Amino acid sequence: MSVIVTDTGFAPEDFTCGFVALSDIAANDCDYGIDLASDTAPTALVGLTNAAMIRIDFPSFADGRGFTLAAMLRSAGYKGRLRAKGHVLADQYAMARRSGFDEVEIDGALAARQPAEQWKFRADWQNHNYQARLRG
Amino acid sequence: MYTYTDFDEAFVRERVAQFRGQVERRIDGSLTEDEFKPLRLMNGLYLQLHAYMLRVAVPYGTLNPTQMRKLADIADRWDKGYGHFTTRQNIQYNWPKLQDVPDMLEALADVGMHAIQTSGNTIRNVTADHFAGAAADEIEDPRAIAELLRQWSTDHPEFQFLPRKFKIAVTGAAHDRAVTKAHDIGLRMVRNDAGEAGFEVIVGGGLGRTPMVGKVLRNFLPKADLLPYCEAIVSVYNLLGRRDNKYKARIKITVHENGLEKIQELVEDRFATIRAGFSGHDQDLLAKIEAAFAPPAFVTKSIGGYEATRLANPAFRSWTDTNLAEHKANGYAIVSISIKKHGATPGDATSDQMRVMADLAETYGHGELRISHEQNVILPHVHKSDLAKVYAALRQVDLATANIGLASDIIACPGMDYCALATARSIPIAQEIATRFDELEIEHEIGQLKIKISGCINACGHHHVGHIGILGLDRAGVESYQITLGGDGTETTTIGERAGRGFSADEIVPAIERLVTGYLGLRRDADETFLQAYRRLGKQPFKSILYPAQDKANAA
Repeated sequence: MSVIVTDTGFAPEDFTCGFVALSDIAANDCDYGIDLASDTAPTALVGLTNAAMIRIDFPSFADGRGFTLAAMLRSAGYKGRLRAKGHVLADQYAMARRSGFDEVEIDGALAARQPAEQWKFRADWQNHNYQARLRG
Repeated sequence: MYTYTDFDEAFVRERVAQFRGQVERRIDGSLTEDEFKPLRLMNGLYLQLHAYMLRVAVPYGTLNPTQMRKLADIADRWDKGYGHFTTRQNIQYNWPKLQDVPDMLEALADVGMHAIQTSGNTIRNVTADHFAGAAADEIEDPRAIAELLRQWSTDHPEFQFLPRKFKIAVTGAAHDRAVTKAHDIGLRMVRNDAGEAGFEVIVGGGLGRTPMVGKVLRNFLPKADLLPYCEAIVSVYNLLGRRDNKYKARIKITVHENGLEKIQELVEDRFATIRAGFSGHDQDLLAKIEAAFAPPAFVTKSIGGYEATRLANPAFRSWTDTNLAEHKANGYAIVSISIKKHGATPGDATSDQMRVMADLAETYGHGELRISHEQNVILPHVHKSDLAKVYAALRQVDLATANIGLASDIIACPGMDYCALATARSIPIAQEIATRFDELEIEHEIGQLKIKISGCINACGHHHVGHIGILGLDRAGVESYQITLGGDGTETTTIGERAGRGFSADEIVPAIERLVTGYLGLRRDADETFLQAYRRLGKQPFKSILYPAQDKANAA
């Protein structure tokens, strides 16, 4: 079972429309979430501004592309829900939030190994933020 | 110089607490070894050949006496009484225990220091001209910019898991002492036609297994655009850099494979968006940082008996001839303290030596010390009337070697004595070369000569940009040393050319001796340096000296 991590800790999935890959967006019968791979080209982000939910995959915690994709979506004006999914560490939670993600989706095994307190330890991600300070 | 604000102080304390937690979570299994590795690396902790190694950042190479004394205390308390100054202006401790590291980081935080991003696939400690603020040929002190970049890159949320490490160097002077063309981003301060200070932005330089000279990405970047422009470069690289092969992951390869024009287009496009997110607050902070780097209160006074002492004491005169550089203020000199005593390990300083250097900086040097990428320590602001006293104090602790810029002022990586990546020894080769030239008593006659030694293809010893470069490799279990010639790490950066077949550990020192004494016979006059002679004559005569028998065979 997937676990959704936010600043308040662990919660179950509450997004009911399901997810489709970017290439499979079809009939508009529901506000699908859109799944993006970590190697999504920046040009493919154009036109996603009005999506209800975007979920970016982290195949490995060492693959930091998702952070830049999130920042690009936000700077392009995306206001919807933005989720990091996959192998994201509790130690990366602050990075994810600062890059523009609202939440992180991890699997049950990772949630058992890195329980909610380890994630909530970085719920203070707005503090000690050099980049926010420099941007003003 | 800049001292930590409350914000900086709170940040490093928080970071130490996080790392302490990460060490505990590694031990309790919350983090796997694979997951822990990048977290320890971004806090400066390596696992080396024999033990852990902690690499402490000396931001843009600048230290105050209190910080230097703390480095000495750390060496005594948690290491073996010495530290190693590196080619990236850092200091490394080779023998810490994992459980002690959080306490070492806490001790560093006490004096406004840290080990953040001295390793890992992140933006590394920003390096700068070691003569910054003192050099006569400077537009502006580049350290304010380096500090701004330190703040921007520290814990940058997008850039902690880049395809590979990322190094930025800054210089404010025309003469490039920061090797800016061999960095992922090199920033050279220049003025535009209107006389405003800005940067020439160089991208994609680097040494390692595929050495490349950086290319100019932007001829003139206004100072106010620096952070968004750098952010655009790293953002483009984060998505475009290769992640399938670590040897092709540096931005130099990204630039090479995509072409400079494509990179320029992508960066300018990304920059347009990112620029809008900066409100100008960074420039307000920069103004405060610049004020903190205001020059010390230089005094105008007699240089006392300096010239007379020089004439009376040949050893002092020799030291002043080699170890001083021109200072921008009248009556002052820049002192380079050689950490390259003949036969000693290049870059190693004992805790006692560190304390003496700290005291000298405090008493005679306006409280400033620098670490150079050439692994020496600089007292940037010493009045000439104090030089004799400084020299005498340095002599007491074996720090008065008069060899800056000479054959024995060798850059050497740690090599197989410490490093897990090394394929050959480099420190002993450096020691033998230095000892040999000292015996021959010819290094002053040879003049300016940069010998740089790397113990593997990753080129931490910068051998590609040595006038004479030495690369130690493993050939079927036997050390083999390749020589490169004609390299240069200044504003005329050149990658050295391979001379020919490698030499064994026994052959390499005689080969270097042959090469250098041979140059003495080739040079036009005593003013023509090794590099100038090489550029005039080309590789062939030097090759003939290195490989005499082979040359005869070809002639026959």
